[in-house]
Amino acid sequence: MPFIVEKSGAITIIGVTGHLIVANRQELKHVVLERLRTGDREFLIDFAETGYIDSSGLGVLVSLSKKVREQGGELRLAALNEDLRTLFQLTKLDTLFTIVDSREEGLRDS
Amino acid sequence: MDPELILHLPSDVLRIEDAVEKVVARCHRYIELERRASRVRMNLRVALSEALSNAMLYGNGADRSKDVRVELSITARAIITRVTDEGPGFDYEDVPDPTTPESLLKPDGRGIFLMRKLLDEVTFNERGNSVTLLLRRDRVRRE
Repeated sequence: MPFIVEKSGAITIIGVTGHLIVANRQELKHVVLERLRTGDREFLIDFAETGYIDSSGLGVLVSLSKKVREQGGELRLAALNEDLRTLFQLTKLDTLFTIVDSREEGLRDS
Repeated sequence: MDPELILHLPSDVLRIEDAVEKVVARCHRYIELERRASRVRMNLRVALSEALSNAMLYGNGADRSKDVRVELSITARAIITRVTDEGPGFDYEDVPDPTTPESLLKPDGRGIFLMRKLLDEVTFNERGNSVTLLLRRDRVRRE
């Protein structure tokens, strides 16, 4: 399982280990939507242990962010290294998401 | 020039990760000589992953019986990867910009854009079923 789910107060933290790519994006979608269905609203996706993200991975984050916002919540991103951050800058998705430097910062600023 | 590596894959997205790692592993010795090795590894991985998923899902229509061929060549100046599917090809000129405000919220349409941004050259054959990804080498020291 490349996604490790933890809870800190009202925040659901999902750690992405390995890659977020076309082969596993549906798993992440399933995890977030199931949590959303059971009442979770604040999500922090932690990329500290992530190798790379492809366009399908970026796409699933866009789609999940929209669904979470529609339910009055927020999906934020944490701990993108310089190379991963470049992907968000190139695609201008850095303008769509709140991106924090670390999981700790994401929990502190919530 | 003979390719350094040739892979034949079924059109199954679960095979992409392993194929990408095989190509990157074969380039490892060369990538470590680059000025920004981590950026090169990332760019090659993401671009190749995009090319493979396009070939499998759109080119071959996710038909597992259809083959995707990957050829890797490494020259003194570049790392060149070619990905070819069995599909009819598509119009690679007709790819909308995914960074416009109206496209930003769409979940798809970033694959070819990312390939072009992350690599030095991305070229398609006339039929549109074969893409060649070229990453220029920017060596910090001699091999």
